[in-house]
Amino acid sequence: MELSRFERHSEYCWALPRSCAMRVPALLYADEDLLKDMDDKVGEQLVNVASLPGIVHAAMAMPDAHWGYGFPIGGVAAFDPGDGGVVSAGGVGFDISCGVRTLQTGLRRKDVEPIKEGLAHELSRQIPAGVGSTGRIRLDEAEFDRMLTGGAHWAVQRGWGEPADLEHCEDGGRVEDALPEAISSQARRRQRDEMGTLGSGNHYLELQEVAELYDAKAAAVFGLGVGDLVVSIHCGSRGLGHQVGTEFLREMVVAAPDFGLDLPDRELACAPIESALGGRYLGAMRAAMNCALANRQILTQLTRESFERMLPGARLRVFYDVSHNICKEEVHDADDGTRKKLYVHRKGATRAFGPGNPAVPEVFRPAGQPVLIGGSMGTSSYILAGTDAGEQLAFSSACHGAGRAMSRHQAARRWKGRSVVEDMAERGIVVKSPSLRGVAEEAPGAYKDVTRVVQVADAAGLARRVARLEPVIVLKG
Amino acid sequence: MAQAWEHFAHGADIGVRGRGATLAGALSAAATAMTAVVTDPEAVRQTDAIEILCRAPTPELLLVDWLNSLVYEMATRRMLFSGFEVECEGSVLRARVRGERVDVRRHQPAVEVKGATLTALDVHRGEDGTWVAQCVVDV
Repeated sequence: MELSRFERHSEYCWALPRSCAMRVPALLYADEDLLKDMDDKVGEQLVNVASLPGIVHAAMAMPDAHWGYGFPIGGVAAFDPGDGGVVSAGGVGFDISCGVRTLQTGLRRKDVEPIKEGLAHELSRQIPAGVGSTGRIRLDEAEFDRMLTGGAHWAVQRGWGEPADLEHCEDGGRVEDALPEAISSQARRRQRDEMGTLGSGNHYLELQEVAELYDAKAAAVFGLGVGDLVVSIHCGSRGLGHQVGTEFLREMVVAAPDFGLDLPDRELACAPIESALGGRYLGAMRAAMNCALANRQILTQLTRESFERMLPGARLRVFYDVSHNICKEEVHDADDGTRKKLYVHRKGATRAFGPGNPAVPEVFRPAGQPVLIGGSMGTSSYILAGTDAGEQLAFSSACHGAGRAMSRHQAARRWKGRSVVEDMAERGIVVKSPSLRGVAEEAPGAYKDVTRVVQVADAAGLARRVARLEPVIVLKG
Repeated sequence: MAQAWEHFAHGADIGVRGRGATLAGALSAAATAMTAVVTDPEAVRQTDAIEILCRAPTPELLLVDWLNSLVYEMATRRMLFSGFEVECEGSVLRARVRGERVDVRRHQPAVEVKGATLTALDVHRGEDGTWVAQCVVDV
């Protein structure tokens, strides 16, 4: 984007002031290089989001922002229901509650190195991944509804995990006020064979080594040390969430005129939070969030089973689970200085509550909420911690990943899947994927530099770096 | 003109575009473009057929509904499609689509399509009479 369009508020905060239909300004957190590299569409989309009814403070973009649909990916926007605020299906996205769960293994590199290939093979055998894969769990209607209201709790009750897992999940592993009756028969059908599946594209399961610590105090609170091995699982609500997003996006487009919403772009399709459609979407979205939590819980248990077979006695504990495609009811500071209940959309952005927040597991409160940032295949991932400053900056939100630097087709033309796998092998990384074309499209060079994104998120005060993780085993869909 | 399809760039996702002498032809070509997001359409055998019916108030939403119907069938039947016989009459689309179950080894499917978006959504007839149907699909 052209920098001259912006007012520079600080080294890492750039503003597009209010103009025309904008109700609030747009704020972008980036350095000069990241901002220059962002597509002009990010600015256009932020300006459009800033014009929506009930928006509070600003439409915001994180350092990894890129062109999305309606809202930019890496976008944050909060709406006041008492001021006609809206909820947007496009502002959440198709992959509802896509997120990252990280498990601590208690293992070190030397424990795994001799059986690395075997463990990778075992994981690829146990974790259904890729197009056309199916899970091993089938639910009848009543049980399906229990899953939609119970989330990870439901999964643990059915033997897919341990009660202690739930204490380290956002929302304790279960989102309240889900409406299973708002989930269509098509969405149910689409999920029927997909419980406990990883998906494809940029979804992955990785065994990672803690390679560097930036904040020894926070790392101690998190229980992370250099050389520790962790497992990170990146996936969402699978077919159910995709279908919910599809159906409500269309319904909101058609209904917009009935709500008197004059949308600058139909992709902003939304409904007033306090309307019947808005309420129904929120209920369906929460059910999809529970589906995602249940899915990551099942994958956790499948991972444990694989480790148990290859490394008997290994004990995997949930470190944290946090989503980055959501709309959540939270209390934040409004522009008039009062504390208000707002609906915060985070589309490709991660909640990042600061130290002491009661929504953060007690053991982490001295440091702040863990913020799990997935890199792309073969690159670093990061664990950050939420800050006090994040509340004022971006409703306690941070980035979620790197974002693509080139299209899938460009990537597939530039790299061959087999060479990508061989290059990674030379670096000591085992890659397992059912599709070499998929590997080529996800080549590390096809993504922006996640390290720079995280450095800027840290420098901007959105969240602070705690640990860098490097991949050892990569399982791709 | 013959049906033709192509992809166009979008930051994280991918745009599908179909061209044809008729609206039905453009929608058919857009469907082929969507299959090509996942695999080479020429690698998909046409062993099974299913029927699809869509109704929408505008040609643009008809394209979105059509692609989303295919996404749904691909996901629930674990199939890929390469043959699209499409008829359009007013706001109604009827289609017979042919394909086969996913064969991971042969198809090497790169990515699943989650849904058709309203981004870069456009259906129009150009000055030369060619129909164009396009949108971004989320992968």
